[in-house]
Amino acid sequence: MKAQVLITPKKGIADPQGTAVEQALHALGFADVRAVRVGKVIDLELPEGDREAALAALTHMSEQLLANTNIEQYTCMILDEDA
Amino acid sequence: MKFAVAVFPGSNCDVDAYRALHDVLGQKVEYLWHRETDLSGFDGVILPGGFSYGDYLRPGAIARFSPLMTSVMRFARDGGIVIGVCNGFQLLTEAGLLPGAFLRNRDLMFVCDTVSVRVENTDTVFTHRCQAGQVLRLPIAHGDGNYTVDPATLAGMEQRGQVILRYCSPDGTVDEAHNPNGSVANIAGIINEQGNVAGMMPHPERAVENLLGGTDGLFILQSMVHELERRQHETCRC
Repeated sequence: MKAQVLITPKKGIADPQGTAVEQALHALGFADVRAVRVGKVIDLELPEGDREAALAALTHMSEQLLANTNIEQYTCMILDEDA
Repeated sequence: MKFAVAVFPGSNCDVDAYRALHDVLGQKVEYLWHRETDLSGFDGVILPGGFSYGDYLRPGAIARFSPLMTSVMRFARDGGIVIGVCNGFQLLTEAGLLPGAFLRNRDLMFVCDTVSVRVENTDTVFTHRCQAGQVLRLPIAHGDGNYTVDPATLAGMEQRGQVILRYCSPDGTVDEAHNPNGSVANIAGIINEQGNVAGMMPHPERAVENLLGGTDGLFILQSMVHELERRQHETCRC
């Protein structure tokens, strides 16, 4: 099954990239844009099976390696095949 | 007495660290490839600067799971002396041996410069050869040097004297104008609670000869060497 982990800077943690992107958007005329945060998306595939077990495994992966929970938060998702 | 210089794929200050300890300070030094696991016979470990594993995911995030790091973590927990410089500092936070984490530099620029740092605690393995408040001139070169840590942890670190180096002006004033990367409280170097593990963004190994532009790095490296010599004398009572 296809899965995705979404990693973003934790609330309250400075995000210099997000700030720079926000300023660039303002310069392009998107003056109302606020609170830009830049994160990363990790796509991966797991063997077909129990979705709950897969989500638990994704959480372990995120805690151990994929995210640094001092500065980042993560969301784990199982993607539907057609998505 | 022997030092180990860790070498990960992408390390690029390993040779500088070796030269500083071996050629300048006359110490026994060996390189240890990231697949090695045996630290027996070593008294100190240097985690050098560079871009271990290409800095993929986050600086230090993948190196932290290398076989060598598993041994370094055990070595550190047993009281062994470990210093991480630049990428080595990032790696020590990823490994949980030091608190905090690193963000991209405040201005998003890779900063390559010589900066002033003030010694904040001289009662440590890594700084006891320095004077209180001494200003060292040391090179920095990093893109992810923006040290961050939650306020409660920072307060504890400050109280225990775990902040050992702060970015400052040449006369020792710590202010935002002399903070090259946005680090919280101008932090350039810290130690763990036990005091046997240090991380610093500036490169002491690149400031060990006048030809390199200065010798202030020797204050840090000689502190470590002298401490290890002292421990050795204590052990053999000679």
